[in-house]
Parts: sequence; structure tokens; C-alpha cells
Amino acid sequence: MSDHQAEHGAAWGEPGSGETPRAPVPEPPGGAVTPADAADAARLVSFGLQPKLLPARDAEYADLLRRYREESSFARIADAVATGLGLVVLEVSARAGMAVTAAEDSVFAVRMGDYARRASTDSADRFLHGLAHLAVAAMAFPRPEDLADDGYIGRITVNGVDAFVRQACRRLEEKAEEEGENTDPATDAPGLESAWRVYARRSATGATKDARRLAGSTTGIIGKAMAFLTDSGFLHRTGDDAGGAYRTTARYQLQVRDMAGGAAMAELLALGVVPVTDGSATLLPPPDPDDLDLVADAGLPFHS
Amino acid sequence: MTSPASTDPVPPQLSAGPRLAQGPAADEGLARRLRALACTAPLHDLDTRKANLAGEYSVYAMAEVALAAIDLVTLNMDFDTGADHEQIVARLLPRVAAQAPHRPATEHERVARWVLENLINVGSVDRGFRAVYGTFGADGVYIRRDYDFKLIEEVPGQGGSVYLRTTDEAVNVLVGALDTDVTSAQIAAEVKLEVLISRGRLADAQLAAEQARYRTVQYAETLRRTLEATRRNVRAVDWLNAVPDMIAEALDHVADRYRHENAILNNIRKSRDEAETGADPKTAEHKRRAAELVDIVKDCIRRHTQLQSRLLEAGPLFRAEQDRQAFAEPTTRTGLDLYGQLVAPLLPLPFDRASRVTDAFFARGTGLRTPASVRVGDLVDLLLTPPVEREHLGAEMPEPDLIATPDDSRFSEEQLASAMELLDLEHDAPRRLSGLLAEARRRDPDLPYLVALLAIHAASPPVGTAYRQGEERLLFAVDDGTPLDDPEFGGADLILGTALLDAAGMTADRTEAA
Repeated sequence: MSDHQAEHGAAWGEPGSGETPRAPVPEPPGGAVTPADAADAARLVSFGLQPKLLPARDAEYADLLRRYREESSFARIADAVATGLGLVVLEVSARAGMAVTAAEDSVFAVRMGDYARRASTDSADRFLHGLAHLAVAAMAFPRPEDLADDGYIGRITVNGVDAFVRQACRRLEEKAEEEGENTDPATDAPGLESAWRVYARRSATGATKDARRLAGSTTGIIGKAMAFLTDSGFLHRTGDDAGGAYRTTARYQLQVRDMAGGAAMAELLALGVVPVTDGSATLLPPPDPDDLDLVADAGLPFHS
Repeated sequence: MTSPASTDPVPPQLSAGPRLAQGPAADEGLARRLRALACTAPLHDLDTRKANLAGEYSVYAMAEVALAAIDLVTLNMDFDTGADHEQIVARLLPRVAAQAPHRPATEHERVARWVLENLINVGSVDRGFRAVYGTFGADGVYIRRDYDFKLIEEVPGQGGSVYLRTTDEAVNVLVGALDTDVTSAQIAAEVKLEVLISRGRLADAQLAAEQARYRTVQYAETLRRTLEATRRNVRAVDWLNAVPDMIAEALDHVADRYRHENAILNNIRKSRDEAETGADPKTAEHKRRAAELVDIVKDCIRRHTQLQSRLLEAGPLFRAEQDRQAFAEPTTRTGLDLYGQLVAPLLPLPFDRASRVTDAFFARGTGLRTPASVRVGDLVDLLLTPPVEREHLGAEMPEPDLIATPDDSRFSEEQLASAMELLDLEHDAPRRLSGLLAEARRRDPDLPYLVALLAIHAASPPVGTAYRQGEERLLFAVDDGTPLDDPEFGGADLILGTALLDAAGMTADRTEAA
């Protein structure tokens, strides 16, 4: 018993040895908050504002995170500090750190006009930049399970995302052609052009004089989105294959799952579009499982 | 046409007499032809605009160069990449040069680049073309529509490079088979080819074979896209019906074409080899054409083989992806299906409405940025700092601060020269190491160490390297068991000698072997 206590004391005493002995003091019954507590809470929020900082790499950060989880009054102060600054707390954990994100109209929010200059004047560019972010998320978490599974790490490339959206656009084009629909947009109503057409007609890439990626091309737009998300601590660059390869972080999953996905869905529903899926894969089993007539010489288990 | 009133929408029940049916059904064919016509416009446009170029360019037939460029890009398109920009320019040059042989080569290159850039339409943000045409809607209202298309598009390749690919529009314009089924057109081309060969009309046969090859490329392109999509997302492709059908069709097609083209190949080879090479220039021309045709058909076969290997990979790829994507243990939580519930319903919407959704996603999906706070003092400094001129050559290299390294060699150059002189033995007069050491000691007390070192080095001489470098002499050392009697060194009293190498003979052997 005494051994255990000694160990416990050492574990707590070590990191904060030079500071005020805050940890061993039991929570005051009235929840009295000292200025030092407020400072610590604000410090934790400031760590959260550095999204690339990992708790595993910073002892003080890890310490404050533990305090957040163990002391409910401290957690309340930290939450209050974040809310007061215009931040939304998504999760506080060892893997994601103090995952905070900007609330709407917060000073920390990213504005499209600051993000891409052309986007504020050109509505098509504005749409493409937004779509790029949505497509990156969709490609990073292709199935509903991937978004729900905390352990899932998505791997994406710039060219892969572009090809993915182009494929979706092509399917829509083929579908429209099958239905004999004339999808060419009316000249005098540019806003009514189908979204997929805007993407499809933008060139995928282009040669430039200085060998950089053409900013207005779709790979340029997606590359910009991925670089930006990397700065937000949402993606990690893993290589240069296929225009740049990245993997997702826990924060990105939280951000997409708890913030962006829901907001976009709400907006879509407000437009009167109700996407109907049952949350499962849309790949269907063959109509008759016993009928295993294979295509001759195909070498493939296809149902002819 | 004459009366302005006729353009007004007329209620159908009031119209009398025979007239052209209005509405989508009648207009569809017209719209298709208008679009096809539009695809040729950029080519005509080139010849119109060449007058605006600085210089006298009317001698060049730009449309011809453009069609040749589209041909070249199409034929150089592979499964994975497209055609290289520089390569296409280089291959266009002979044709451009032939049009104006007296003009400088730089001008030829300029023309080739101008044509290629205009086919890509480098100046526009979409890098494509737009044609406007009108149709009558279902309600009889005339609507002007934009038709956007590309002829040559730039696609990303390995390592950030940019490749060129011809679009379907360009291939269709080029082949002139608008709105036809790929497979049936191929079969038609085959039949035509066989008939032409049997009648000895090789010139036409070559044309038909080339057309068949365009078709093959187009087919491969469709398949490539589908396979790529599967790798990304199994659900994005209809693996239940459409893809298996297409793969089955393509495999049948490959098998069929392979048999067919081998038959053609044998046939033409026979006619190529059997035709008499007499003085008749016509026969010689036939032979040359037949040889060309053999090359084309060979290329067709190569492409089929490539296509087939891709087709065979498709099944395992699908199964692996399905394992990964569909059979993983399901989580209890339900998540949002980003593609199925957001991207897919979003894309068919008009884009100004879709923007609201993407804006919402952007606003909440990009994370946060800590705003930079500016102090007035910094701002003044910042504004008063003259802009840094962009150097064309980049930043100036700092003068390298070189530190003279002390010469810590054990032996000096003179000592080395002296030792080499000592070891420069006649090829038929080898010497013992003991004698050499004694002689070295007389010259310089330090020299024996160097001589001993060189002698040990010569115990296993690099004969092969010496041969390759064309050396004529090589120092070697042999141990015959005699112990070395020396005040400073111990070991074997090596016999040192010089071997002569037959460098010239070796070089001759090498060139023969190569």
C-alpha cells in the first residue's frame, strides 16, 4: 500500500517538480478556480491551436491533457476558454491532442477569399476549391465505416483524387447521354451549369514555364487543398508519388465526421436533395448465387 | 427565314402544313452534328489565324500540321501515360519543314509549337474550346448552349511530368466515325482491310489498318479508365453487369483480333516477300507499303497483348479491393457516406447551388488558422523595405571559405616517383624484394616502407582492371617461400617482376565481343 502511494506520488511529482504543487492537491469542493488554473487551461488551448504539435512529443502538453481528463473542473475551464475564443472542442485525447476547430465567424476560421484569391471573384473557381476539399475527404474515407472507425488511416494522392472525381463526372456524363439528355449548359445562365461539367471541362494539369503545377488546373486546386490541410495538421505528406501522397490524421477524421460532413449534409438537405442510402456498400450480390456460369476463358469469377 | 415572325414560338395546333419537327427529338441529331462540326473548328481556325502571327506564315498548312499532331499524339498514347510534348514537336518538324524547306529550322519549330499549343488552347483557363449552338427545348423555346470540348489534353504523368492525350472528340473527328459503336467500327475496318489486301489495294489497306489501330487505342483507353476507377472504389464501378460484360467483350475482341491480325500479318508478309523486286517501281512501292503495313499490324498486336494482360489483372484486382473494401469487419457505428451521400448527389446539381454545400464543407473542414497579428512598428519597416528583386539566376552563391588542409601524406611525390622508378623493372628481369629494399634504403631511409607497400600491393595485381584500362605493363609479386632477411621488415622475400599485357589484342577482343 505504501509502495503504491510512493510510486503514485513520484509519477505525479516528477513532471511538475519545479512548479506549484497543483496535481496532488485534491479538487476543492466549491470548484474554486485559481488564476494559475486558468493559465494552464489557456495554455492547453494554445497547444490545441498548434495542430501539428503532437502530445507524444511534448511532455507539458501530455501533462495538461491528462489533467483535463482527470480533473473535471479543469476541463470545464479549458472548454470555457476555448468557447470564449470562438473555438469548438472536438475531442481531447492522447491521439488527437486538444482537437479544437474554429467556430463559424471566429477569428480562427479560414475564409475562402483568403484561401484563394480567384475564388472570391470567380464562382466556378470557388466551387472547385470547395469541391476539392470535399473530394479529398471522400477519397480519404471512402466508406462510412472508414469515417466511423477511429483506427482508420486514409491514404490519398493528388492525382488519385482528381481521377476519382473525373470518374464520377464521366459516369454522370454517360448517364446523361444514355438518357438522351442534352447536358450542354445554356449560354446566358452560367450558374445553371451542372456541377460535374464545371469540373470535367477544367484541365487536369498543364505545362507551365517554371515547371510548377498549373494553379488553375484541377490537380493544382487539389494539390493546394492537400497542402493546406497538411498545414492544418490534418494530413501528413508521405511521398511524391502521383502528384503528392498523404495520409490522414486523427484530427482530420474528427473534423470531417463531427463538423464538415454534418454541415454539408444539412446544406444539401436544405437544397431539397435527400440522398437515400442505407449506409452500406452499394455493391450488390449476384441475383442468383447458385448460378456460377463463368465467362469462358475470362479467368474471372464474373457472372455473365 | 425571311419573316421575322417565324422565329417566335408558335403554338403547335396553329401551325399548318408540313414543317420540320421542333423539339428535343428532332434537335438531338442536329445538336450532335453541330458538336461534331465544332470539333473541327479549331483546325480551321488555325489557318485563319496564321495571318495574325508576326511573320509570313501563309506557306504553312496549319490544319494539316494539326491533324498530323493529333495523329502523333494518338499513336503515342500508351496505357499508363500519354505522349511526350517535346517528342511530338520533334516528330512534327519533318512535315513542317517539308512545307517550307527554305525557311530556318527555328521557324519550323515555332510553327510546330504554335500548332500544338493551340490544340491544347494554352491561353484559356480550362485549356479547352467552347462552341455555342442553339436547340429548341421541349416547350419550343430556343436555348443557346455552350459545348465545351478539348482536342488534346494534358494529363499528369510520373514524377510530376505532363503528358498529352487526345480526347475522344479528337479521335472521333480524326477517324471521322462520329457516333458509332467502337466494336462494330472495328469489325467493319477489319473486313475492309481483308478485302483490300485480297484485291492488292495496299494503299487503302494501310489506311484501314491505321483506322483499326485508332479504334484499338480508343478501346484500351475506355478500359484503362474503368480499371483505375475500380482500384479507387469498387462501388464506383458496376461490377455486377457493366464491367464483366465489357471485360468479356474485350477479351473476346482481343482473341478475335489477335487471330485476325496474325492472319493478316502472314498474308501481307507473303505478299511483301513474294512480290518480285524487278525494275518495276510500282512493285517496289507495293513492297514498301506492305512493309509499312506489317509494322502497323505488329503494333496493333503489341497493343492487344498489353490490353489483354491488363484484362487478366482486372479480376484479382477486383477481388483484392473487394476484400479490403467490402468484407472488412463492420463497425457498429454508422458513419456518413461521404461519396454516396455528399459527392454523388452534389455533382448533378447546378453548380451555384452545389457551391452552397461545398462552401459549408470548406468552412468547417479546413481547420483553423491562427491570425497573424501585426505591430505598427513592424508594418512600417515592412512597407519601407524595398522589394527583393527576383534574380533570374537565383540567390548569389556565397564565396566558399576554403581552408587549406595540411598535407599529411606519409610519402612525398618525389618519394613515390623514386619508388616507381625503382620498381620499373624489365619484363624479363624480375628482382627480389630484399635487393630492392636495400637499394631504396640507400636512396632515402623512408623509401623502403613505400617500396614494401607497393610490393605487397603487387602480390594480387588487379589484372582485369588493368586490361580494361588498356595498361601495357603490370607489376606483380610472387612468393616462392624464401624468407625475407631485412632489419626492418619480415615475411617472404617476394619476387617482383613486370608482366606485359597485350592491350591492343584485348581491345580488339572486346569490340568483337560487343
